[in-house]
Amino acid sequence: MVAFIIRRLVQSLVVLVIIMTVVFIAVRLLPGDPIRMYVTANTQAGYTEEEIALVRHEVGLDKPLYLQYVDWVKGIFRGDLGRSILRKEPVTKEIFRRLPVTAYVCGLAFVFGIMVGVPLGIITAVRRGKWVDTLLTLFAYIGITIPVFWLGLLLMYLFGVYLKWLPVMGFTSPFTNFWLSTRQLVMPVICLAFFSIAATARQTRSSLLEVMRQDYIRTAYSKGLRERVVIWRHALKNSLIPIVTLVGLGIPMIIGGNVLVETVFNLPGIGVLLYNAVLNEDYPYVQGIVLIISAVILLSNFAVELTYGWLDPRIRYD
Amino acid sequence: MAVDASFRNEMTEIAPRVSEWKRFYKVFFSRGIVMFGLVIIVLFIFVAIFARQLAPYGPNDIDMNATLQNPTAAHWLGTDALGRDTLSRIIYGTRVSLEIGLIVVGIGTVIGMALGTIAGYFGGWVYTIIMRSIDALMCFPMIILVLLIASMLGPGMRNLIIALTVGLMPGYARLMCGQVLTVKQEDYILAARSLGSSNTRIIMRHIVMNCLPPLIVQITMMLGATILAEAGMSFLGIGIQQPTATWGGMITNGRQYLTNHPVLSLAPGLALMLVVFASNIVGDGLRDALDPRLRGQI
Repeated sequence: MVAFIIRRLVQSLVVLVIIMTVVFIAVRLLPGDPIRMYVTANTQAGYTEEEIALVRHEVGLDKPLYLQYVDWVKGIFRGDLGRSILRKEPVTKEIFRRLPVTAYVCGLAFVFGIMVGVPLGIITAVRRGKWVDTLLTLFAYIGITIPVFWLGLLLMYLFGVYLKWLPVMGFTSPFTNFWLSTRQLVMPVICLAFFSIAATARQTRSSLLEVMRQDYIRTAYSKGLRERVVIWRHALKNSLIPIVTLVGLGIPMIIGGNVLVETVFNLPGIGVLLYNAVLNEDYPYVQGIVLIISAVILLSNFAVELTYGWLDPRIRYD
Repeated sequence: MAVDASFRNEMTEIAPRVSEWKRFYKVFFSRGIVMFGLVIIVLFIFVAIFARQLAPYGPNDIDMNATLQNPTAAHWLGTDALGRDTLSRIIYGTRVSLEIGLIVVGIGTVIGMALGTIAGYFGGWVYTIIMRSIDALMCFPMIILVLLIASMLGPGMRNLIIALTVGLMPGYARLMCGQVLTVKQEDYILAARSLGSSNTRIIMRHIVMNCLPPLIVQITMMLGATILAEAGMSFLGIGIQQPTATWGGMITNGRQYLTNHPVLSLAPGLALMLVVFASNIVGDGLRDALDPRLRGQI
């Protein structure tokens, strides 16, 4: 077990290094120049070529690629992801200031995806063919196809503009004003969780239906067990592996959708930061955020794999 | 001839053999919802082809005397801040969405299939290199991957297509690789090899042909996913630039008028949702019809 964990962690680390190296090289080789962006963004227009070269030298972008890479890797070990080219401030500061917002919103969406999706899936599987099933299946269909940014605008119009139940956009920390913060987050979280809820419900339904056909379920029913016990204790437990896999795969979807949701609802998270950094070609920000996102996703994949062994004791890690 | 006919009759009595195609036809076309999806897709393709004839106005016809109108008889879905007709822009936007969707799915399928087949068929270090790279690509949110590539390459339809293809291709490669690994073990591959068939022939005639069904399903579903991703990029202002009429771009433009003119951004979104919805339904229908295990139990 320990050997497995170590081996998988090392593998994840290798993948992470590959991703970061590719991103590092790709942003520099592809067309586009952050220095030009910086120069045009600054009001003192009319930089001479020498001044541009000087700026380039200051940020270290005139060094050979491998030296830049070595500098960057050295920085990581010191917990330093570099300085923003455009804003001249340490990247880590801004990222860690915004990370809690994103983690909070994504975390809530993730939890809701499971807490609502699994029960919905159970209901549709148990009431298969009834009107509840038809209705919820249609709902799940809509859920996996609806564009997340459009759903955001729809909710905004309905609850924010038309019914005036919720604030249209913005973010307040739950520690300063919990009630306001919660009211502001209702729409972004619904928006982000909608896909997970729908996808989880669909997976739960199909994998539960598969298990319900097994002999041991018939045995459980014929023993006279109550339906609740049969479903929760016998059926659900045995259908969890595909559900957990899907929920794990859903994490990148949530993080990706988060970029759009943060843009729509104007949340001060790292999704918007990444978007702006990409537009401004601010390499250190792009690299830093990509590093964090990849690390989170690799860790969650790893966690999913560990859960398999707990769900099914026949699975051995060696 | 007479002998033949009686022989055939005899055969029918023993085992009524239904052709694969007939069975597929029966399952696929018997479900109302799948037909609904198919009709929607055909309708949108029709709209895309005949955009010029169907649209009441040009996509960029500016009419400063009729800005920000709510739906009227002249402008069924109203007009935007420049007096451009929303309905016409949605109709022209269909063209962009479907065009990009089809091109990306086409290129992505070919590259993904090729990589997946090579990895699965040859195995060993070829497999390791290809599939580990695919894994690395897949552990990344598609939206972010496309965002990174598209913005680094710069604006324009060609660059957006490249970015979307890179984002889409890994899914095909993984699916194809899995398929090839299974099909490779079949006896008929061994038979083909013992008859002296070359690798190319085995791959093209036997392996690819037998891996197609799940791939067709994937292609249909990915059409929706690609159109969705394209709209997401246009919404963020990356890729296709204004004033080209795209659904994502229209949703962004309409955002600031959400309070008084919600149609501006909600209508193009509805069109987008319908196409994606339909492509998923048709994909599901195809899967049920192509997968013998699921037949007759829907």
